[in-house]
Amino acid sequence: MYSKGPDTVVIMSPEHAEYLRKEKFTQHAIRVSRILLLLLLFALWEAAAAFKWIDPFIMSQPSRILRTILTLSKDGSIFLHTGVTVYETVLGFISGTVLGTLIAIVLWWSDFTARVLDPYLVVLNALPKTALGPVILVWAGGTTGSIIIMALLISVVVTILNVYLSFRTCDEDKIKLLKTFGATRLQILRKVILPFSIPSIISVLKINVGLSLVGVIVGEFLVSRAGLGYLIIYGGQVFKMDLVMTSVLILSVVAAFMYLSVSWIERKLLKMR
Amino acid sequence: MDKVVELIDVSMNYHTPEGETQAVKNLSLSVDKGEFISIVGPSGCGKSTVLSLISGILKPSSGAIQINGMPVDGPSQNVGYMLQRDHLFDWRTVRSNAVIGLEIQKKLNNTSIKYVERLLDEYGLSEFKDHYPKQLSGGMRQRAALIRTLAANPDILLLDEPFSALDYQTRLALSEEIWLIIKKEEKTAILVTHDIAEAVSMSDRVLVLTKRPAEIRSEHPIVLTCALHTPISCREAPEFRHYFNTIWKELDIHV
Ligand SMILES: Nc1ncnc2c1ncn2[C@@H]1O[C@H](COP(=O)(O)OP(=O)(O)OP(=O)(O)O)[C@@H](O)[C@H]1O
Ligand SMILES: [Mg+2]
Repeated sequence: MYSKGPDTVVIMSPEHAEYLRKEKFTQHAIRVSRILLLLLLFALWEAAAAFKWIDPFIMSQPSRILRTILTLSKDGSIFLHTGVTVYETVLGFISGTVLGTLIAIVLWWSDFTARVLDPYLVVLNALPKTALGPVILVWAGGTTGSIIIMALLISVVVTILNVYLSFRTCDEDKIKLLKTFGATRLQILRKVILPFSIPSIISVLKINVGLSLVGVIVGEFLVSRAGLGYLIIYGGQVFKMDLVMTSVLILSVVAAFMYLSVSWIERKLLKMR
Repeated sequence: MDKVVELIDVSMNYHTPEGETQAVKNLSLSVDKGEFISIVGPSGCGKSTVLSLISGILKPSSGAIQINGMPVDGPSQNVGYMLQRDHLFDWRTVRSNAVIGLEIQKKLNNTSIKYVERLLDEYGLSEFKDHYPKQLSGGMRQRAALIRTLAANPDILLLDEPFSALDYQTRLALSEEIWLIIKKEEKTAILVTHDIAEAVSMSDRVLVLTKRPAEIRSEHPIVLTCALHTPISCREAPEFRHYFNTIWKELDIHV
């Protein structure tokens, strides 16, 4: 009846070694193929522009993008705009996640409140938050603040719904178990509901990175003072497609980095609970 | 003998928007100190409800429940309740799962930690203290769950089908082991089970419940003649079959 622990020594058979070797090779091949694919796309783009299959003035071109990056780096403006966008996004998604989680806790705490607010949340969730952009702009003014509010607004409802759902799906019997020890509601929240919901909160965090970026870019379109969103709209207006494409590329890199940071936070948090 | 648990005319109804379910009806029972009793009954008849009532996490619709002569008002630290499944938290190690009750009751101190360490060492989990529940076998998980219940040092243990998720061999071995633990730690125990042989072999008394709403259908004091008075050896006792058959007939199971 005593099963062996996980630290049982395993002697590897040649068959298993072969399997592991193959698996490693496949992983390596996937990584290389990914990079090659990217290079191929850029090369194709460059060639298409060079041979005039496409109009580089409209479609831009990797070499032109590179040149744009260099020019923008010289006066430092690229760092400013990227920095502004990152700053607004990070603030937006952190505040959206924190506020959303807090509201979810309130809903969990008071079933009555949850039942009262249910239809409101459903409508808010269905409403495209960007439609509120002009309203926020008028109320909060054309400031960084209104951009962050935009980002927050877009992520907070999704956070509330997802985190609350996760709270609700926590096994009743796990709660019952704590109750048998006489746990208070706060103890139930801290000892089981929150640790149980950490994976959902993290997955919400991942969704929110993307959503907040949407909010920030839309906000920057509207406020038009700084940030990658501003560069994109400005580039579009003066027909500098190189600037637009450069900003979009930087934006993808920013998005990728934020996603990676969240994955890093995920590992830390999962260890912590 | 002192009565440690006493139910007097207890009824319990569940209310949901769909309707009312009468789970327990006019049930009276009492358990003496150090006694081991088993409750058997048809599925869904209200056995778990009876345990929840005794533990104080449910309030009866009518009737009185007393623990050590005091009326029950909410979960009591004298009562340990082992639920139908182990419910170990995946994100805690075995050790930290074992002390969760102490954390909640704010009784985490050197003495209580030492007691838990002793239980873990003594009952075969010493090498697995820092493992996560996913790394344990079903039998070990169930033992960890028992230690979590014992950690808070209750006098009365409520066991809700603690072996039902286990395979037959593990089940036999673990029921023997847990029985020994309970006797050694001098606890009073109420076991709910579907397994008549388990009930007869482990208990001093078996209560048979009726279909829902649960009432006491009959009561069987168990006296077995066996050399080593442990559950497995008691299965060899000459009276065993007799008890088994009587209870089987009373349960009146139609397939
Ligand atoms: N929280 C609840 N709300 C409404 N009805 C409930 C609730 N808990 C249990 N019941 C109902 O009460 C009856 C008794 O349930 P209980 O779990 O006590 O039975 P049981 O004998 O332990 O069943 P099993 O043999 O399946 O473990 C069942 O019909 C069940 O559907
Ligand atoms: Mg049950």
